[in-house]
Parts: sequence; C-alpha cells; structure tokens
Amino acid sequence: MDKHISAPLDPKVAKELRAGDYVYLSGTIYTARDAAHKRMYEALQNNEKLPMEMENNVIYYMGPSPAREGRPIGSAGPTTASRMDKYAPSLLDLGLKGMIGKGKRLDTVKEAMIRNGAVYFAAVGGAGAIISKSIIASEVIAYDDLGTEAIRKLTVENFPMIVVMDSEGNNLYETAIKQYCN
Amino acid sequence: MKTINVSEITKNIKEMCIEANHFLTDDMKCRLDEAVTKEESPLGKQILGQLQENLEIAGNDMIPICQDTGMAVIFAEIGQDVHFEGGSLEDAINEGVRQGYVDGFLRKSVVNDPIIRENTKDNTPAVIHYEMVPGDSVKLTIAPKGFGSENMSRVFMLKPADGIEGVKDAILTAVKDAGPNACPPMVVGVGIGGTFEKCALLSKKALTRNTNEHSDIPYVKELEIEMLDKINKLGIGPGGLGGRVTALAVNINTYPTHIAGLPVAINICCHVNRHAVRIL
Repeated sequence: MDKHISAPLDPKVAKELRAGDYVYLSGTIYTARDAAHKRMYEALQNNEKLPMEMENNVIYYMGPSPAREGRPIGSAGPTTASRMDKYAPSLLDLGLKGMIGKGKRLDTVKEAMIRNGAVYFAAVGGAGAIISKSIIASEVIAYDDLGTEAIRKLTVENFPMIVVMDSEGNNLYETAIKQYCN
Repeated sequence: MKTINVSEITKNIKEMCIEANHFLTDDMKCRLDEAVTKEESPLGKQILGQLQENLEIAGNDMIPICQDTGMAVIFAEIGQDVHFEGGSLEDAINEGVRQGYVDGFLRKSVVNDPIIRENTKDNTPAVIHYEMVPGDSVKLTIAPKGFGSENMSRVFMLKPADGIEGVKDAILTAVKDAGPNACPPMVVGVGIGGTFEKCALLSKKALTRNTNEHSDIPYVKELEIEMLDKINKLGIGPGGLGGRVTALAVNINTYPTHIAGLPVAINICCHVNRHAVRIL
C-alpha cells in the first residue's frame, strides 16, 4: 500500500506501518554511516551529547557523492545497514524511530525496534541519481572532518522507500523471497 | 618499440573514472532491459524501472549512477615493446584517479589504513593489476568497485573431490548470503583454479567481461548458463524484495591449479557493474 508520511515520525504512524508498504517520506532526516555511528557510540559511552536528538527522528545510512554547483547533493543512495547493527540498538533506545538503508539486520536490531516501535525502511540500492532528486536541501551539522561520512541534515520531499521491517518484527526480505523461490 | 608519455595515462585514467561512474556499457543496459521483461514481481518490476530511469538521469545530469563510486580497480595490460617516459607509471595512474575523482565530483571512499581509517580525500591509491603481454600497446581497464557487493564476495578453498558440484554450491552459498546487501540484481564473477589469490583475481576480471559473451570453454559456458538459472530461482529478486531476477549474468574464468586444490572465488557486483576500457 502506498503511504505518504512525514519526518520526524509520529510514533503512532510508525506503529501502523507494515512490512511491504511503499512509502513516500517528506520532512527532515539525518545521514550517518559507519564512522559517524562509531563517534556517536563513543560519545554515548563518555556521557557526551549527540549532535542531534534521536527522539522520533529518522537516520538515513548514506554517504553522498559531492554536489555539483547549484545542486543540494550528489548521488545519494542507501548503504548496507548491517554495518550499523552494532550501534543501532543504543540509538533506538534513545527514541530513534526510523532507519533507511538496504540489506539484512541482526536480531538485536529487530528486538530494539519492537521494544521502541521503530521501523526499518529500504531505499533502492544503486539508484543514487534518481534518489538525489527527492532531496531538496542538505547541510553538514557534525563531524565535518569525516567528508562523505559527516552527519547531514536533509530536507526530503516524497523520498521513495519500502518498509522492510516493521515494529512488530515482520520482515519483507524473509517473506517476499519465499514467494519466488522455486 | 613504442614510447608513451605517462601524462597520456593520467589523462585517460581521469576520463575513464568519470565515464565509468556515469555510463554503463551497452551490454549491461541490455541485461537490465531483459530483466524488466522477465521479472514477475510487481515490486521487482517497479525497482528495475527505477534502475533504468536512474541510468538515464545519471548520464543526462552527470550524477554518478551510485553514490559509492568505488575504489578504483585498474587492470593495465602492458605490451612488452612499450617504453614509458615522463615519470612513474604507477604515480601517473594514481594521478589520473585523483583528478577523475576530484574534478568529476565522485565520492572519496578510500581510507589510508584499514585500522587507522583516515580518508585520503582523493580516492587514491587505486588497486592496480599489471600484466605483461606481447605487442606495443597498453590496454587499460578501470572497474570502480563499490563495497556493498564487494563485502559479500567469498573465496572457498575446495577439495578436488568436491568437483563441479562443490563449485555450484559455493556460488549459490555466496549469492544466498549476499541477498539484499549486494544490491541485486547482481553480476556474479567467478574464478576457478589457480591459487588463493589467483582465483580472486580471475573472479574480479570476470566481472569486466562483456556479458553478451560466454566462456570459450564448453563446460564453463554451460556452467555460466546453469548457474544464472539456478541463482534466479533463489527468489531474492531486485532489491532483495522478492522476484525472478536475482542476477543479470554469471561470468566464469578458469586457470590451471594444483593437484591438491580447487580454489573458487565469487566476486559479487551489484547491477552497477562499471567498467571502461581503452587501448593506447
């Protein structure tokens, strides 16, 4: 089912999303990938403040290519989510409501999602040019020295994605394959 | 004897980095077109349509096909009658990569050390494989490799008794484990034989072979066809969200090996199977 939702996510809306829903997201989201997650994780261990609030926010696992003049961003597709699995549960427990990436997640992430009513979305991997068209603004807000891995605040409009894992633990990767496996 | 100034190498490598990251070869576009007609899953068809549109936008607006513009892998086949002047060949290749990635708005994805991990900020160094060949020309192949799929690649040191069935199991295991992580539909490069490192190199090079062509060796050609069929029965589908098209092609290269071994490497590439070739 096609749905239009906004970010930050309304917890009630997040709870109602189901694996398999095709979703268009508009609003504000944040990018973070490997190196930024490591830094945020270390910040939490040292009782330091994170660069952004987690409560009801959405993190997009993405490191863009540089923007050409006059454009907000370069190519901007999802990266593999499993590399963030070590760090994701702590962020979910702080209120993170949505993650956008691609690929499988560990059970520890699934459990943290169920515990916190969060959702894992997949964007289409390798479609960075077309996805960049739904990003209308981008601003580095932390860890600038990490280059493409810096944390960016993005304004998105009708950003296309699919709910892969919902807050009840349903997983589209597992169910969809069975339908075509023969 | 032919003399080539290394500045020619730099210029060509720069252009090829930019070209490969914005335009796929015609055979890859054909595979994608075929995939759209073959796919039965509505969501899978929709994703394949997006990938086709993505390619068009990439070329028209000069936005890289994928934000992971890869680590630059370069195969340099050097004629033994070629003499280089003007400096170090390796430096010239890396300078081409530097210029291509900086001037071409490509992502800098290389860190200086696997543990210390500081970004080199110009995507150097490249991974360069040299090969000496007869003649007086230089064939450069650049294959920028993204790591979503690279991370899902495998080497299996099989026993001779495992035979061709063992090879088939190894390929299917690698593809199944890769699943949605490797951005399917994938291209599967396989190297069989040689040594531990040789089979990995064979599999990497197999990815650069034109997917319109099969191996010249009859049993290898049959294996390529059979494995593509078997992979596409796994149900993984476009984006890993279910479907009939999990792989676009299986390319297999072989090499003699030791009496005690049967090395098999599976180098997985996403649908953005990029490469550019030039002969100087």
